[in-house]
Amino acid sequence: MITLLCLFLPFIAAIVAPFATRRLGHQAAWLLAAAPAFAFVYFTGYLPEIAAGEVVTGGFVWVPSLNLSFSWFIDGLSLTFALLITGIGTLIVLYSGGYMKGHPQQGRFFSFILLFMGSMLGVVLSDSFLMLFVYWELTSITSFLLIGFDHERAAARRAALQALVITGGGGLCLLAGLIFLWNISGVTQLSLLVHAGDVVRQSPFYLAALLLVLGGCFTKSAQFPFHAWLPNAMEAPTPVSAYLHSATMVKAGVYLLMRLNPTLGDMPAWEILLPFFGGVTLIAGTFLSLRQTDLKLMLAYTTMASLGLLVMLTGFGSDHAIIAAVLYLVAHSLFKGALFMVAGLIDHEAGTRDVTRLGGLMRAMPITFGAALLAALSMGGLPLFLGFLAKEEIYYALEGGNLRAIVFALIAVIGNALMFAIAFAVALKPFLGPKVDTPKQAHEGPLLLWIGPAVLAVLGLCGGLFSGILHRFVSTPMASAVEGVPTQVSISTIPHIGVPLLLSLVTVALGVLVYLQLSRARALMVRLMDGIGPGPDRAFDGFIAGLVRLSVLVTRFVQPGRLEVYLTATFIFLALTLLVPPILYGELPAVPLFPSDVALHEWGFFAIALIGLVAVLMASNRLTAIVSLGIQGFAVAVIFLLFGAPDLSFTQFMVETLSVVILALAMTRLSLSPSDHRPIAHRLFDGTIALACGLGFALLLLKSTQSVFDDRLTDFFNAYSKIIAHGANVVNVIIVDFRGVDTLGEIAVVMITGLSILALIRIRPGGGATKPADNNPDANGGGRR
Amino acid sequence: MNTLIFRSVAPFLTALMIMFSIFVLLRGHNEPGGGFIGGLIAASAFAIYGIAYGVAAVRRALWFHPMSIAGSGLLLAALSGFVSILAGVPFMTGIWIYPRLFGVEIPLATVMSFDIGVYLVVVGAITSIALALEEKERD
Repeated sequence: MITLLCLFLPFIAAIVAPFATRRLGHQAAWLLAAAPAFAFVYFTGYLPEIAAGEVVTGGFVWVPSLNLSFSWFIDGLSLTFALLITGIGTLIVLYSGGYMKGHPQQGRFFSFILLFMGSMLGVVLSDSFLMLFVYWELTSITSFLLIGFDHERAAARRAALQALVITGGGGLCLLAGLIFLWNISGVTQLSLLVHAGDVVRQSPFYLAALLLVLGGCFTKSAQFPFHAWLPNAMEAPTPVSAYLHSATMVKAGVYLLMRLNPTLGDMPAWEILLPFFGGVTLIAGTFLSLRQTDLKLMLAYTTMASLGLLVMLTGFGSDHAIIAAVLYLVAHSLFKGALFMVAGLIDHEAGTRDVTRLGGLMRAMPITFGAALLAALSMGGLPLFLGFLAKEEIYYALEGGNLRAIVFALIAVIGNALMFAIAFAVALKPFLGPKVDTPKQAHEGPLLLWIGPAVLAVLGLCGGLFSGILHRFVSTPMASAVEGVPTQVSISTIPHIGVPLLLSLVTVALGVLVYLQLSRARALMVRLMDGIGPGPDRAFDGFIAGLVRLSVLVTRFVQPGRLEVYLTATFIFLALTLLVPPILYGELPAVPLFPSDVALHEWGFFAIALIGLVAVLMASNRLTAIVSLGIQGFAVAVIFLLFGAPDLSFTQFMVETLSVVILALAMTRLSLSPSDHRPIAHRLFDGTIALACGLGFALLLLKSTQSVFDDRLTDFFNAYSKIIAHGANVVNVIIVDFRGVDTLGEIAVVMITGLSILALIRIRPGGGATKPADNNPDANGGGRR
Repeated sequence: MNTLIFRSVAPFLTALMIMFSIFVLLRGHNEPGGGFIGGLIAASAFAIYGIAYGVAAVRRALWFHPMSIAGSGLLLAALSGFVSILAGVPFMTGIWIYPRLFGVEIPLATVMSFDIGVYLVVVGAITSIALALEEKERD
């Protein structure tokens, strides 16, 4: 049950956050950080159990008829993610306390961050498909809220919308993919899906399911060509970039790929698509990051590259590749989270994060420098650090000798070398060299700001130094979960002579070279990118603009704004529905026998109705026509009365009266010409439609009276109206009692219709509404078109 | 409309019609009638009053905005449905009580308050449309 509490704890904290912040100011961070900290400690308690190879599941039935449950499941993979989310989350909440200090909306910011944390925790702990999907979309929505946090800037709004459209659209793909998997395997739980791998792989729908799932994962994890949203998401405040857009949310796609590896993996499509898109993303990301001068953007593009690397490794299809992905994922969360926080810290203290305008901050910000250096050493993959283990393992995985391995090893070496260069550009350039004048006089930030990056950077070192403990509790269980079979991780930080070490040396040498020539490389990249032309980011704008244009076209076509068109279309359709099916299926009614016992007064009322109709057609002005229509209506009401439907007739009388009054009022209000000026052809056309509708209704009524009438309901209501509902008027008892819920709906419709008519009346052609009692003389002829 | 006869008769006619509409509403359970038809009668009554004396007079006489009347009717109807939930039976089940007033047993039911809600919705919605149309006609 505590697991359930931990799942909801961030949401509870999100509700508390605004109030706590109003009370405590930015110090509320300490209180709010307690929520993820508690969850972190709680999940740490699972480590021995999971390391022993056990899997913890729990939950309860949600909608049993739909086979839906609210259930969680903890294995090596989800536990590692949960620890990263809650652990880094704790530090991020503290960091936000310092970073957003004094911001008028700090409470809201805390709230959003914690909402996101709860959603992300839900993604990695979900067992049921639908729960996974709901949490998955929640992370997209909270990411939207956080990217657009500075909603007064157009760039932030655009970035937020872009992220939402891309990741939300991917989420829909994912839903379809999960439904495919459900139909193929018959299970709705991830923990059971592992055992259905063979069924899924042999299914003819394998490829469809795979592509849809990849649609979700690739958009979420910013794989090429869906990567554009990630750099734009840097519009968000830095804690968001550090947390969502490097350490956790963007890894949701990788998480799901790892989770599905035992089910979908080991197939040609998987081992082609994943490494291909991952490799392209890796190269594109690193090259794009070279041209940036903004610290955050440099990091954002390397994040994209790292995600590409992770996808590539996950799909590569060897044990070592999976282990490498696992190690790199953990290492990346630690060092990239730290570097982002460092970038924010520099921005916060020096007033800029443009790397060309920074320098010599080492003396002013020693702790920040230390954290940045440690993180960069891990990112660069130098010995003793966790990043080194990951990189060694990557090269182990890729030393195959065959062409495929060589190509991907080459990609990995280039990617890693460029990331090495960027890592040190971020960690060294702002701190070393001569002091540069910055917009703000830089000095070390408060504890709240540096504690996060410092802890993460030190952890990156500890992970390398104490790799035995890390492997035992984290890497081995996680790799086993991704593989689907027990896997042992044993790599240590002591360098081994061999191809991997050689590749590492090449990487470092290349990285140092690029670092030294960074400004030249940057100029080269700018020229190259300008040569290539617009990328997916512009394509997104074009797509959205096209969508808007299309919907405008469709709306113009469907709603031209002329009542006449709507009415004509409605009635033509009505006539067709009434006439076509009976003719098509030969179900026209038999010719009725003319009743012989019609009394004289009945003839009289038929005659009045007919006279009313003729008068409508003959009327020279509209008002006469409306009143004549009323005569016809009254005659029909009398006929109802004669044939034993007093309630109906009663209502018909009132409806006729009121509709004549209201029609007359509307006519005068519309300032129409008193008579009808339609040309003769138009009249004939409208008349034909009217006749067809009338004929259709007449045939329908004849047909329904000719078929055998099922009077079970009539008997029931007649028999029980008095007994059950204490009412003798069956019609009214049906309206207010037997079918009361229907009536409730109907009067709601009456009410809404009234409201909308009121609104329509008040709209003036010039736009704007006026009050009902407005006696403004300028408003004459308000409704004239 | 400015004919003397119509202006003299209209208030009485309106009052009579409203009384009749309430009568129709209340008798609806056992005889032809009910909330819907009662509401239509009352709406016509207000329309007549409006034609005779102008919209402002009707609005003064109504006191509430007709849409508020319709809204409260909808609320009343919905609440009548919820009474049965408190009694532990499904939504919209009619609940009857039989209090004795002056020695006469008077059956009262949520069905009745529901019907009154229907009446108010119809009066309010139709009257507000008619009034809005009339108003524009003269400004």
